[in-house]
This record gives sequence, C-alpha cells and structure tokens, in this order.
Amino acid sequence: MTTALTPDAAVGSRTPGADAQDATATVEIFGPQGWFAVCAREDLIPGRGVAALLPDGEQVALFVDRAGRAYAIANRDPFTGAYVLSRGLTGSSANRPFVASPLLKQRFDLATGECLDDPSVSVRAYQVRVRGEEG
Amino acid sequence: MAAAATPNTTPARPTIVLVGHGMVGQRFLEELADRGVTERARVVVLCEEPRPAYDRVQLTSYFAGRTPEDLSLTEAGFMERHGIELHLGDPATAIDRDTRTVTARSGLTVRYDSLVLATGSYPFVPPVPGKDSTGCFVYRTIEDLLDIEEYAKNSGTGVVVGGGLLGLEAAGALKGLGLTTHIVEFNPRLMALQVDEGGGSALRRTVEEMGLEVHTGVGGKEIVAGDGGTVTAMELSDGSRIDTDLVIFSAGVRPRDQLARDCGLTVGERGGITIDEQCRTSDPAVYAIGECALASDGRVYGLVAPGYDMARVAADALAGQDGSFTGADLSTKLKLLGVDVASFGDAHGTTEGCLDVVYSDSRSGVYKKLVIGAEGELLGGVLVGDAEAYGMLRPLTGSVPPLAPEQLVLPAGAGAPAALGPSALPDDAVICNCHNVTKGAIRSAVTEHSCGTVPEVKKCTKAGTGCGSCVKALTSLVNDELEASGVSVDKGLCGCFPHTRAELYEIVRTLRLTTFAELLDSHGRPEARDGDGCEVCKPTVGSIIASLAPTLGADGYVLDGEQAALQDTNDHFLANLQKNGSYSIVPRIPGGEITPEKLIVIGEVARDFGLYTKITGGQRIDLFGARVDQLPQVWARLVDAGFESGHAYGKALRTVKSCVGQTWCRYGVQDSVRMAIDLELRYRGLRSPHKLKSAVSGCARECAEARGKDFGVIATSNGWNLYVGGNGGADPRHADLLAQDLDDEELIRLIDRFLMFYIRTADRLERTSAWLERIDGGLDHVRDVVVHDSLGLCDELEALMADHVHHYRDEWAETLNDPERLSRFVSFVNAPDAPDPSVRFVPERDQVKPDLTLLAGPTLPVRTLEGTSV
Ligand SMILES: Cc1cc2nc3c(=O)[nH]c(=O)nc-3n(C[C@H](O)[C@H](O)[C@H](O)COP(=O)(O)OP(=O)(O)OC[C@H]3O[C@@H](n4cnc5c(N)ncnc54)[C@H](O)[C@@H]3O)c2cc1C
Repeated sequence: MTTALTPDAAVGSRTPGADAQDATATVEIFGPQGWFAVCAREDLIPGRGVAALLPDGEQVALFVDRAGRAYAIANRDPFTGAYVLSRGLTGSSANRPFVASPLLKQRFDLATGECLDDPSVSVRAYQVRVRGEEG
Repeated sequence: MAAAATPNTTPARPTIVLVGHGMVGQRFLEELADRGVTERARVVVLCEEPRPAYDRVQLTSYFAGRTPEDLSLTEAGFMERHGIELHLGDPATAIDRDTRTVTARSGLTVRYDSLVLATGSYPFVPPVPGKDSTGCFVYRTIEDLLDIEEYAKNSGTGVVVGGGLLGLEAAGALKGLGLTTHIVEFNPRLMALQVDEGGGSALRRTVEEMGLEVHTGVGGKEIVAGDGGTVTAMELSDGSRIDTDLVIFSAGVRPRDQLARDCGLTVGERGGITIDEQCRTSDPAVYAIGECALASDGRVYGLVAPGYDMARVAADALAGQDGSFTGADLSTKLKLLGVDVASFGDAHGTTEGCLDVVYSDSRSGVYKKLVIGAEGELLGGVLVGDAEAYGMLRPLTGSVPPLAPEQLVLPAGAGAPAALGPSALPDDAVICNCHNVTKGAIRSAVTEHSCGTVPEVKKCTKAGTGCGSCVKALTSLVNDELEASGVSVDKGLCGCFPHTRAELYEIVRTLRLTTFAELLDSHGRPEARDGDGCEVCKPTVGSIIASLAPTLGADGYVLDGEQAALQDTNDHFLANLQKNGSYSIVPRIPGGEITPEKLIVIGEVARDFGLYTKITGGQRIDLFGARVDQLPQVWARLVDAGFESGHAYGKALRTVKSCVGQTWCRYGVQDSVRMAIDLELRYRGLRSPHKLKSAVSGCARECAEARGKDFGVIATSNGWNLYVGGNGGADPRHADLLAQDLDDEELIRLIDRFLMFYIRTADRLERTSAWLERIDGGLDHVRDVVVHDSLGLCDELEALMADHVHHYRDEWAETLNDPERLSRFVSFVNAPDAPDPSVRFVPERDQVKPDLTLLAGPTLPVRTLEGTSV
C-alpha cells in the first residue's frame, strides 16, 4: 500500500461528464477550484459518511441523510487532530443534521460546520450538489 | 501481667482495645477510621471467632449459597490500611481495670487507654435435661451453621425450640436441608415479641402451609438421648413426644457481660453492661456497645441498627465529638420463610387510650393492624403477609396520617386509594432505618450535593445500603425531588425516544420491527419522527435488533442494509478506532489457548503490516495501527489461518479468560480451559447493552479473577459456582454468587438465562454490575427470575440464546466473501487505492507508535508530505 497519492488520477473516471453519460447521479463538492465530482450518489449510505480527497489534498467528510440531502464538512476532528469525522454517527437534533466525532463524540452541524457542544469551535463546511438525479 | 505488648504506647499515641469483632465492633472500627482516630491511636482488636466480622443478619443466606467470604463485612485491606491489629481466634479472658490491661486466651496482654466491649449475645439454652446431647445446636455463628449442615446430612427430622424471629429462620433452614421440621414455642403464638395474636395466626397458617409443624403453648421437657448420647426424641410439657435426630435451641439471647461482671463493672439485674448516653460503662475508660450493652433507657437491644448507633456514639466520644444514644426504634421488616413480616412503633397497643384498625384475611395469610392514638396519630402497627406499606407507614409514626387509617390497611384494588407517596412524609421522617437517614437528608443530597440518580444518593447518604427495604421509597423521593428542582426526570433514552432501552427492546421484540426507521417513525418523540435519530439511539437500537435478529427473522450481519448506518465506527469497520484514526485488530483466542502455529501467524501478520503488538488483559493479542484499507488484507491472512473476529470492537462478549486448570495445575479441580472455550464459543458475537467479560477458574484460588467479571465461574470439587455482576475498571465490584455446585449443563443453562435477562432489561451502556445494583430487588430478584423462574420467562430466554448460538456467523469471514461489503474499506471514496496520509507512525521501543505531529497543526499539508502536487 504505497500507491502515490494522485487524487486527480483517482477521480478521473468520475468526471461529471462521464457520470451524466451513464445517467448516474453524481455528488459534487465546491472546492478551491470550483465544483469537483467526488462519487456516485449510490456510493453513499444514508446516515453514514465517507471521506473524499479534494484536488488540493484537503480531506472532506461527505454524508447523505435519510431524506437524501448531501452534506460535506472538513474531515479533520479539531479536538483530536485526527481525520475521522467521516466515520462518525450522524443524527438530527432540532432539525439540524449533525455528525458526532467517533473519537470524543463532539457533534458538528453538517450544514454549517459549527460544533454543537462547543460554540467556539467549528470546521469548514463545503457546498455540495447532486447532479443528474433526474436523468 | 508479664510481657505487656505495648510497643507504641506513649501519651501521644493512646491505645484503644476493642473486645469482640462482630457486626457492631466492625462498624465501630469504620466509624473510628472515618474520624481519623485510627491515625492518632493504636487500635487492637480481640476477636473470638476464627474469622473477621461478617453479616450475622444474613447468616441464613449461607444455606442459599452465600459463602462465608460473601458474608464478610470486612473489606479487604481495611485493617492494614488503618493500621489496626486484629487477633483472630483470641478472645479476651480478663480485664484489670487498675492496671488498665486486657488479657487474651493466648496470653497476650495489652494496656489500654480506652476499652470498648462489643461482645454481643449468646443464645439462651433452657435448662432442660439432655440439652448437651450430641445433635443439639444453637444458631448464632457461621461455625454453628457448618456444624448443623454436616449433622443434618444424616438426619431425617429436626426440632427448633423457639418460634421467634430466629427460630423461624432456623426452621426454614432445616426445611431447606430436607428435614421434617417442627417448631416448639412456649408462647401461645409465633413471633410473640413482634406480632399480636391476629398476626401470629396469619403467620402460623402460612408457615403450616409450607409443611412445617407448629406446636405453640408448649415447652420442651426433656431431650431423650440414645446410645452414645445422641438425640433421639424430645418430650414436651403436654406429655407428647417428637422423635427427632436434631434440636436447635433458639429461645432468645442473653448479653455476654461475664467479662464486665468479673472486673466489677455495673451490669443490669437481668443482664447487660450498664452504659450512659455516651455508651460509657461505670468506668469512664470502658465503653460497651451493641447487644452486650444495657442502654440508658433500660433496654438491651437485640437488633443491629441500634448497635450501629452505639458504635457511632462511642466513636464520637473517643474522637472528642458529641453524640448520644438514648434509645431506638424496634421496628423491623423481615422476610421469614418467604413471608413479609413487619412491626413498628407501639405494635402491641400499650399506649393509654389507643385504638386498633385491623384488616385480616386468613385465606391469603394477610394481617394488618394499625395502632391509632387519641388524637388520630399513628402509634405503630403490625403487617403480616403484605408489608408493602411499611416503608411509608413507619416514618409516619407519631404524626396524623394524611389518609384515614382504614384506607391505609386496605389491600390495593379493594377500594384502597392510590398508594400514599413518600412526598406526604415530613422532612424529619426516617426513610432508611439502618443508617438513620431522614427524608430531609435525602432531599438535600439531591438539592445541595447535586446527586442526580439513586445510586449517587445511596453513595452520598448511605441510605438504602443496609437491608434495602427502603429503596423503593428512596427512588420515588429522589425522582420527586429532581422533578421539583426542575430537573426533568425523563427516563427516555435520548432526544429521539421517550423510552428506556428495556422498553425499546420489548417494543422491537413484540412488534417484530426490523429497522430503525420504522421504530423511530412509530415510537419516536413527535419532533424526532422522520428524522435521522442520533448517535445515542442508533447504535442502541442497532444492538437490540442484532441481538434479536434470529428471532425477528432479520439479518444478523451488522454491516447489512440500514444496520450499516446504525453502528458506530468500530462496529462498522469491525475493528477498534485509535487516536490517530488507525484501527486495532483482536482475533479471538478462546479461553486464551493458542497453538504455536497460530501464534506464529499473528507474529507474521504483525510484522508484515508493521503493526504494534500488545498482549491484552483478556488473554489475547491486540494488533495496532492498521489503516481502514488494510483491515481486509490483514483479516484475509488471519481468517485463512483459522482465526475469527474477537468482537473487541462491539458491545458484545469479549473474552472468557481461564487459568490452566486441572489438566496441568496441581490444585485444579475442574478443566477450566475447556469450560472457558465452550463458553466463549457459545456466547461469541452476542450483542448486549455493554461489553461482557467472563472468566473460569479451576479452583478456589481463583487465578482467572472470575469474580471481577460480568459472569465468572469458579470450579468446586462438585462442579461449578456461578458468580455474576463483577466489574474491574474505575468502580470495581466483586461478582455475587448466583448458584453453586452446578454441573456443566446447569451452568450453561443458567448463564443463558442470566445473559438474556440482562440484555432484555438493562439500560444502554449499563454493565451487569450497575444493572444488578439498580433493578428492583437486586440479586435476589435476578435469582428468582433465572433460577426459580418466578416470571415464567426461562423457556423464552433459553430459546433466544439457542437462536443466537444457532445463527452465529463470523463477521470477518462473511465480509471477506462479499465484494459489496469490502468496497467500504477504503480511506477515500474517490481514491480507493490511496492510503490516508495522516495515518503515519514513528518508532518506539522496537515497534511503532502514532506520529501525532501530523495531527497537531490546524491543517495537514498533504501535498508536501506525499511529494505530489495537484
Ligand atoms: C440468624 C440471625 C438473624 C438475625 N436477623 C436480624 C435481623 O433481621 N435484623 C436485626 O436487626 N438483627 C438481626 N439479628 C441480630 C444481629 O445479628 C445482632 O443484633 C448483631 O449481630 C449484634 O452485633 P454485636 O456486634 O453486638 O454482636 P455480635 O455480632 O454477636 O458480635 C459479638 C462478637 O464478639 C465476640 N466475643 C464475645 N466475647 C468475646 C471475648 N471475650 N473476646 C473476644 N470476642 C468476644 C463474639 O464471638 C462475636 O463475634 C440476627 C441474628 C441472627 C443470629
């Protein structure tokens, strides 16, 4: 497992164009260089997250909720420094979707990146869209 | 007075000598330690019995399986910690008050500055001819019980002389040993001291229905001994005769005041060492406490609670604090031969001008009497057969009850109003009689010491930790108080469900729900329905569905369908998340037994993947530092070599530890390794409210530390003893004996039932130890349910476990065989082959450890690390 990290190559087969062609919905994140396709909609399990790499090497935690809405926040848990938020349990509290860090259990709002248990802490939230769903 | 053993006696370090290490003596030592007196003084204890203090009140539970060690009141290390010198089996034989010395049987002589007598009582044996024949016993110490048990093996019939509290207990014990049992009572009724005539006849009826023969109004005239001086019969005062092999005298107790008499201390006319309100005898350097003392109100108290009060007062006096004992309440609530009996206050109605209110139903053996004073105040009462109301009524004594007395004695359902809650009590009402805790003290534990749960209040006030009869009242008081102080006592699991875990279990089981969404939408709080649940309820419900899966017809595999989203990361990746985002791997090593070949495979896998290797406390091996994407590769090798998941990641059975047992060990009496393997393979994969640990020891030396486990098994020469509710960790607890001398089959059946009952009724993340402490009735209730099948649940519990055993599959083998499942084991969804660059290691002690510098900064410069730029 010493494959060099080449995010571009890794995601090359999943450009929006390619996905549109086989009519599968694609999840895209708005990163430093604009919209960036990450994976197919069906790769995501409602209520569970995955981690994705952006072209600049940033790690993003990507989720869909039960209603099918997608969310993305930074994958790094600011309390421990570990890149694990994508592996937390999700839920909703007063209609705010959140993920609880799998390490020390602090919860982060999936839409805003705010920490629900410590207002002084937040993580970056990314814009997400699902393309080609109707197709 | 030769060779006085007084090494440290200087005026600065006084010596306190305690004679008698019984229940009250031990409590006195604890009170001394609490006040720091043991640090300032040398404390010497002379103990007549061969063992340190034990719970005499629970003596009879020896016959229900409690061992002498279980009964011990002396916490391990207590004497050492407080520097107390305890001399076992060495009674005091003389006191010299002029030289202030005590001499013991061994010849040891100790000079004292203060002397405390806590010598208790001796059983009174009426002077009937033949009373010393072989086969005659008393019922006071563990040694007495051991002797009775041994002798009863060759006996068919037994007679108990005395139909009081202790006599009935002794009779129950003989019955339990399989003897035809007679009770001979001189008074016209049973328990004459505690209950009145009506109560006595209700009690008699119930006792007779149990198959005991009751003879009242007669005394023993002679004990007839045959050849060799062995009991063969007892002749009664009415001329009748009972053929019997064994006699137990239980005709009351007398204070042990001989030592005090011999050295000239004042004693009462009818016995008992005279003391003042500070528990001082006629010599101010000598104190007397407990059953040997004649209190300043002219009474000798034969109950433990007043003795504990005296222990406190004497310790106060020695610590220079104020305290006084002026008398105590004789209230009692007991379960005798399974019958609830309680009496309190002026039970016999001796107050002038008092009136009775009586409810009597001899058909069902219920008798209740309340004694009411001229002003309508409650003076006392007797309850037989149904003593539910005791916890409420006793604290009301002396006040006018908020309900009419006739309503207080009516049985529930017979026009009785809703039960009177403890909220009706005044603040100075004593709720816990054993520790003298008032309602006010319990309320302030909640309001001032911010105790938020019943266990916290118990710890803070000691309430409910004695006989336990007040726990129900305590619980409702604590809840009332929490509610009043604005803390809503929402017992709901989380913001999504108003139910407890146990309630959710029942809902899932009876409605056969197999998905979280169904449960949330049908039973969630209105505001949570159609939502996503939360990190508390999702894994809880996931675990409930997993443990019921075979019965519900759901798929038990934890990665499937919706279940995938319910599991926390450990269960999701079937490994344990560590601080840098890597995982650790623990293959199952049943019973801790492993072949050299398998050991080599573990070594090779660890070496090839660069994993940090450590032996766990549960006799297996933990491999640390695997990335998510490495987990399937590591497991492919392990499964290939015959390993399976060890479930170290789950709230599930972890390990069953074992000692080497009979096969190799010269002390072993059973094959503990085989039993541990059997148990581990039987319960592997069982999802539960919290992790489950177990161990099997091959003999009483207990090398496997089974009593520190949720269920622990210790070999005996006759089979296995099963202990439950043990716990290591921050709040260690020794497991309690559930049943003893079981054969293999009985053992497994009992564990099946125990585990399933726990899974069914425990709260989320509640270990068996906390569960046993919390549930109503505690260990006794659990024993009733799983041993005696009091709820008729056992068949169902066994069937659930059979389903589990039958459907067990190795989660890792299944995962490896399923490409769909395997596809989840990647660090990045859009770069399946890329390792996570933040998971790196640095060397330490010839292995690796996480490189935390990578995690320290606000963001990780991935590109420079990997040398790739985008
Ligand atoms: C079967 C049974 C059931 C009971 N049930 C209840 C109940 O339900 N509720 C209740 O309140 N009470 C009950 N009691 C009574 C309770 O056990 C006693 O009130 C309590 O044990 C009194 O404590 P103590 O320390 O004064 O006496 P003990 O516990 O008897 O201790 C006295 C100790 O002093 C030792 N001793 C005596 N002389 C010497 C000496 N010269 N030198 C050294 N040591 C000496 C004795 O060997 C003994 O170990 C029960 C008793 C029995 C036997």
